[in-house]
Amino acid sequence: MNAAPEFEPAASDTVLAARNIVKTYGGTHALKGVNFDIRRGKVTTLFGENGAGKSTLMKILSGVTMPTSGSIELDGQSVTFSSSSDARDRGISIIHQELSLAPNLSVRDNIFMGREIRGATGVDFAEEARQTQLLMAGLEEDIDPLTLVQDLRLGQQQIVEIARALSVDSRILIMDEPTSALSATEVEVLFRVIRDLTARGVSIVYISHHLEEALQITDHAVVLRDGSITATANARLINLEWIVRNMVGENFDLGSPPTGHAFGEVALSIDNVSVADAASPERSLVDRLSLDVRGGEIVCIYGLMGAGRTELLECVAGRLPAAGGRILLEGADISRLGIAERIARGLVLVPEDRQRDGLVQTMSVGANLSLASISAFVKGMFLSRSQERSLVDGSIRDVRVKTAGGAAPIGSLSGGNQQKVVIGKMLTTNPRVMLLDEPSRGIDIGAKAEVFRLLSERAARGLAVVFSTSEVTECLSIAHRIIVMHRGRISAEFGADATKEEIMAASGEAVIADHEEHRSYHRDRR
Amino acid sequence: MTDASPDSSRSRPKASAGFSLAKLLLEGRAFFALIAIIVVFSLLSPYYFTLGNFLTMASHVAIFGILAVGMLLVILNGGIDLSVGSTLGFSGVIAGFLMQGVQLTALGVILFAPVWVVAVLVCVLGALVGLVNGVLIAWLKVPAFVATLGMLYVVRGAALLMTNGLTYNDLGGKPELGNTGFDWLGFNRLLDIPVGVLAMVVIALIGSIILNRTAFGRWLYASGGNERAAELSGVPVKKVQVSVYMLSGICASVAGLILSSELTSAGPTAGTSYELTAIAAVVIGGAALTGGRGNIRGTLVGAFVIGFLSDGLVIIGVSAYWQTVFTGAVIVLAVLLNAIQYRPRARLSSPAGGSPTSPKKDKAGTADPALEKTAG
Repeated sequence: MNAAPEFEPAASDTVLAARNIVKTYGGTHALKGVNFDIRRGKVTTLFGENGAGKSTLMKILSGVTMPTSGSIELDGQSVTFSSSSDARDRGISIIHQELSLAPNLSVRDNIFMGREIRGATGVDFAEEARQTQLLMAGLEEDIDPLTLVQDLRLGQQQIVEIARALSVDSRILIMDEPTSALSATEVEVLFRVIRDLTARGVSIVYISHHLEEALQITDHAVVLRDGSITATANARLINLEWIVRNMVGENFDLGSPPTGHAFGEVALSIDNVSVADAASPERSLVDRLSLDVRGGEIVCIYGLMGAGRTELLECVAGRLPAAGGRILLEGADISRLGIAERIARGLVLVPEDRQRDGLVQTMSVGANLSLASISAFVKGMFLSRSQERSLVDGSIRDVRVKTAGGAAPIGSLSGGNQQKVVIGKMLTTNPRVMLLDEPSRGIDIGAKAEVFRLLSERAARGLAVVFSTSEVTECLSIAHRIIVMHRGRISAEFGADATKEEIMAASGEAVIADHEEHRSYHRDRR
Repeated sequence: MTDASPDSSRSRPKASAGFSLAKLLLEGRAFFALIAIIVVFSLLSPYYFTLGNFLTMASHVAIFGILAVGMLLVILNGGIDLSVGSTLGFSGVIAGFLMQGVQLTALGVILFAPVWVVAVLVCVLGALVGLVNGVLIAWLKVPAFVATLGMLYVVRGAALLMTNGLTYNDLGGKPELGNTGFDWLGFNRLLDIPVGVLAMVVIALIGSIILNRTAFGRWLYASGGNERAAELSGVPVKKVQVSVYMLSGICASVAGLILSSELTSAGPTAGTSYELTAIAAVVIGGAALTGGRGNIRGTLVGAFVIGFLSDGLVIIGVSAYWQTVFTGAVIVLAVLLNAIQYRPRARLSSPAGGSPTSPKKDKAGTADPALEKTAG
């Protein structure tokens, strides 16, 4: 259960109160009994790490999903929202973290989607266009209402998303990462609009990973960690340090670099590798990057969104083509091999998004675990079920998956255990080099520590490990060496004794919008 | 306000005993439907529940059953094969053409191939049609629906061109040419069971072994369930994709051989719309059109449901028009129940909020490339 908020507002201040909200997905508890108040005419900011449950809570408050249990009171009266349009009718609207625009439609049609203005002969397009222009003027953005959304750059699309939420005269406006793609000037305009709204009595819920920015606008801060509220406070009384301390919690030990074993030969050698942007080939997502990793060594790649970490790892694994350079595995050039051949030679990737790229949801835990090493238990033409079972059971023990057994459906596992299945699947191929793209994404702190312990055990036995992360605390755990990527290049390299400040500075986090176009790259998920 | 356990679903707050009965009925629905069909028609007609009638109906089912096994492989992969009806017709026509003798004008001779050679050549032809489908879909990225729809027309057109729209009637062969025996597939019986039915059983067994006991089967389920994950696990997803269309083509050719043998004639319009019946059998058998779920047993039961239902309606004298309506209703009902069966699992697989996966999934539909670029 959550710690009781030390600050209980007077009832009249609270426009919406969520009480004891629980939400479970399969075996995962996304929210564990959350009490959350939205204050009238104020900006309430929700802080929390990835997977803390912020977006889930907002989806519940805006009627996108239903809570597993708990109640919501609007103006002191108990309500249930059956859909997002139900919530919208009661004056609650949301700007989603992921854009929910139809790219093939115009700005005007997107803004009035689902609530078209009726005229004498069908839709009154002229009136819609006029109102769109007014909204755009209010946001100081010069966008023609008839432009197709797909022709706008990402920041402008976000503006349209914001305009759409503003076009509904809502009493409560939820903004889930509204600024992730905005330029500095656009953020300023947005903040001005927010202050206008609160002055008119509109209540705002604000979520951002950009802590300094969020602190500027917030009136009340609420911190969510692992599905529970850990702290609430008036914004005047807090600072960045307070937020970070409550977000991360007591310094949970994610381990330290394994020692006592000598590094082997260079296992993976990335030599001058470039990856082109598929959308605009003249741009490089990874730019002539070189990196050597030895057997038994753990290398952490830190970088912000868009720094090119995923592209680098996917290119090394064979998913993305390299625009230049060579990749050597234990001295042999593997640049021209396919994914399967690279796996056979001992190079494996644990992808960033385990639902999309890591698991086959229609199969059992066991079939997922054995998928990459089927050839190990094929006898003649047929699969040997007994060999498969022993391989699966061994793997479940080895990576400590908490499951009813190999036959259990993969969806019955919690996020952390699903991640262990993805890692276990690749470990059963007996790799020499293991790449992991954000292995801690969306799993709780305990599972995170277990994953890291597993990796350091394997490294001690000679496995070369390269993992990427967007959380600085994770860099300073098991990695022997920390590589910071910025715009497709290595901007700095540190030993295990680096400080958080050094690492964050090298990633470009401290730079303030020197190129507006690229501002989104300076933002991290936290 | 109890802390709900992960599996208790809000939408079905029934007692657990009632729930498991409902679950049993739901999961075995095709089988129960088949039993219900047999019981109802046996009560309505004294002729229905006889061995002779069952064997006759089974040989009708065989054609669809064989097509459906091939279709199941394609659907497990997340694809669809609309060209099987045309391939069936084309195979019959080619068989008929080969049985008439191939005239080589340059050499001034007419070649008469033995029946087994004809059968093998026809199967190779079916595999080639499947290869074209597979290459279009796997390598050239044409959506399966469109690629196989195109092949539906092309192959049907080829069959019509072969005969100018006419039908080959003389498929018996001549003893002095050594090419008799084509009617064996359609008319003969082994142990009193029509050869066509045995062919279906053999194909189903082979299919079942492939799906359950070979690496290929596992690859097929994996790439149908999540192609990206399968690819990153080293599964040769493209080869699997091409292979399933080739296997589906071969099944269509076998069905074409059996049908033309039963009819002792090969018409270019044979098998029109059979692809839809095959898809219906697969769906009634519980397979998901999104791929990754389904099995041979269910598919065969699905084929029997359709076959026994329509033959039963004929026997009790219901008009052909009503038969069409009934068959359609059964298909819709089956898909409706599929949706119910897979709904809770779909919800389970949706990940914890705030974790990056759920928005990505939602986004997939309306994804804009710019957004993808910023990730990671």
